[in-house]
Amino acid sequence: MIELGAAPSDAAPDEGAGADDQVQPRRGVLRRLRESLATSRQALSAELTSSLFETLDSETWERLEEALIMADVGARTTAEVVGRLEAEVESGKVEGADAARARLIELLAELAEVGEGTIDLRKRPALILVVGVNGAGKTTTIGKLAGRLSEMGLSVLLAAGDTYRAAAVEQLTTWAERAGCEIVKAETGQDAGAVIFDAIEKAQSSGVDVVLADTAGRLHTRSDLMEELAKVNRVIHKKLGEGPAETLIVVDATTGQNGLRQAKIFGEAVAVDGVVLTKLDGTAKGGIALAIAGELGIPVKLIGVGEGIDDLRPFDPTEFATALLGE
Amino acid sequence: MFDQLSERLQGTMSDLRSRGKLSEDDVDKAMREIRLALLEADVNFKVTKKFVAGVREKAIGAGVLDSLDPGQMVVKVVNEQLTELMGGSGRDLAFASKGPTVILMAGLQGSGKTTATAKLAKHLKGESKSVAVAACDTQRPAAVEQLQRLGQQAGVTVYQQGTERDPVDIAEWALGQAKLAGTDALIIDTAGRLHVDQDLMDQLVEIKKRTKPHNVLLAVDAMTGQDAVNVAEQFAAATEFDGVLMTKLDGDARGGAALSVKAVTGKPILYASTGEKLDELERFHPDRMAQRILGMGDVLSLIEKAEKEIDVSDAEDLERKLRRNEFTLDDFLKQLKQVRKMGPLTSVLGMMPGMGKAMKELKNANVDDRELDRLEAIILSMTAAERSNPDVIRGSRRRRIAMGSGTNVQAVKQLTKQFDQMRKVMKQVASGKMPSPEALMQGQLSAKRRR
Repeated sequence: MIELGAAPSDAAPDEGAGADDQVQPRRGVLRRLRESLATSRQALSAELTSSLFETLDSETWERLEEALIMADVGARTTAEVVGRLEAEVESGKVEGADAARARLIELLAELAEVGEGTIDLRKRPALILVVGVNGAGKTTTIGKLAGRLSEMGLSVLLAAGDTYRAAAVEQLTTWAERAGCEIVKAETGQDAGAVIFDAIEKAQSSGVDVVLADTAGRLHTRSDLMEELAKVNRVIHKKLGEGPAETLIVVDATTGQNGLRQAKIFGEAVAVDGVVLTKLDGTAKGGIALAIAGELGIPVKLIGVGEGIDDLRPFDPTEFATALLGE
Repeated sequence: MFDQLSERLQGTMSDLRSRGKLSEDDVDKAMREIRLALLEADVNFKVTKKFVAGVREKAIGAGVLDSLDPGQMVVKVVNEQLTELMGGSGRDLAFASKGPTVILMAGLQGSGKTTATAKLAKHLKGESKSVAVAACDTQRPAAVEQLQRLGQQAGVTVYQQGTERDPVDIAEWALGQAKLAGTDALIIDTAGRLHVDQDLMDQLVEIKKRTKPHNVLLAVDAMTGQDAVNVAEQFAAATEFDGVLMTKLDGDARGGAALSVKAVTGKPILYASTGEKLDELERFHPDRMAQRILGMGDVLSLIEKAEKEIDVSDAEDLERKLRRNEFTLDDFLKQLKQVRKMGPLTSVLGMMPGMGKAMKELKNANVDDRELDRLEAIILSMTAAERSNPDVIRGSRRRRIAMGSGTNVQAVKQLTKQFDQMRKVMKQVASGKMPSPEALMQGQLSAKRRR
């Protein structure tokens, strides 16, 4: 069984290696992550200092609301979380600054922990369909995934399913070269469905482990393009005898409340299993992921933290929640 | 979504309306709703706070307390404030007196710079300028190829030197080439970069130094959330950009980022990118953006969207009918069907004024088809005369139509009311005027008044 899940040793190096990690601890990657997160932290004017929880008064709750809303968590989810914490503090269930802070992180992490946290790649071939709006980072994410899976010893085949955008195929081809894997491109006149069909066929006949299918960026408001996506999904169903092993929607961490709408509408066209939250190396916190998890039950599975092939990490709810508070 | 915002505001206004005179409490209540709505529209938290405080001042100061029409007054004030905040500068691109006008594009990864570069090139070419673009994104795989293809489509020269050379040098070289060729405008595409990436921000500053652009444009994705202010501030600090180009406005993001960026940097938003095709670039309209953020109905965009989907003869037909005020319920149904092709009905209808309350009932999935069928049934149960002149539909006619369509009198009434309102608005539009915010709210408010 090969899973691309949270590697305990990567997430908490100070606490020692987890029992069952299938991904080897990679110190270099970890250092790079810390550094990239450090960039964000330093550049941010800290909205929340550790002193916030010293006195638990109405100002605390207001500033907390402010911080969460500014992290794109959204007014509704923020109100729910802060309200809950406030109630617990007032009832005495949670006492003191440290407990309050810890409980808050717990509440936020809980919100994020929905659905299946890992990506199950046991099928052969395991097809991962990658969808999302324009500019979210689909192609780059596929490049990173290809690199990671290849390193894990899996054979990977890319399907250049973006048959629309100028030079999209060339872009993905570069990633195929970087990851050291093959790529199936469109013959003249072929559409996305046909390319992915061909890729599956090639994977089936040559025993490839994983197919990563790229698709064109599309706004969810384009019902014709959403229908096209649904059609691609049907083609996959027909060829594989079942749906993709995993359908990932790539969401830019800088996205505001519209991210929820995106996930909802995409989820109506194809069965979205998880979110890849990209560009977390900036100053955006990606709080919208909480709304997506909470309201749609779709978990974040991976995060993107840079443009390099190694800049892909498993999602850790507690780490994410802590980062939301800007500490 | 728009509907939530217009719903809330309308709900608030109704409350205010029915009470007659306003107390400060009522104004505060309204401001609370507006604050919530703006946050949901992704307007930055602090910008929202300041804005709401400002509106409150104006609202009370403007004599809402004395006015007989407090609801309309507050809406008017909010809309005016927003519009003022969003624009008012009337600024355009700066052009060189001699030599090429240089435009430098900047922004985050994925913000739409490269597409925007090609669009802007085509746009300027359309204004009889000779244009060239420079491919200075050596970072993103195949970015150069992308600009080459798009440049070809736009029919402009593309200056590139591959990806091995320093983008700063490529930019400088491209400018030299443009000067030699006597090009009117040179647009420099650059790599997407994080505002907190010191090295790349330094590189951008260097490109600016070497090419001395007349315009530095920041591309901002319309769906950007709270972080928009951080991005804008950092880019402003580093490059003192001249204007903003909002991208992906064809989506349904409310676009609060536009307000945030403008409020925090004071830089004008010059252009709006509304699709992936090269001609989908337009001047930014602050009044329309304000209405979009407020959810008061982006009617013009709706009509424009509709026009895109209709073929030319149909569009001419429609225009003629609008001008002659011959727009009938049949046309209305036709438009609705057309418009359905371009987006979930809920999102498109949400753009229509007064539909906010109706939308509440349509919350669940697949109601778009059902509702459309319902509307169609109502319209088909009308006589030709009734369809051409829905004003005659009263009492017994209404009952007959309700029975014939298997709906009820209320539904028939609502359809004719909404059609009437749309007709009024479209009439204003056809005569070249922007529908006034008050006109957009008319449907909701007058209904209350009749009681």
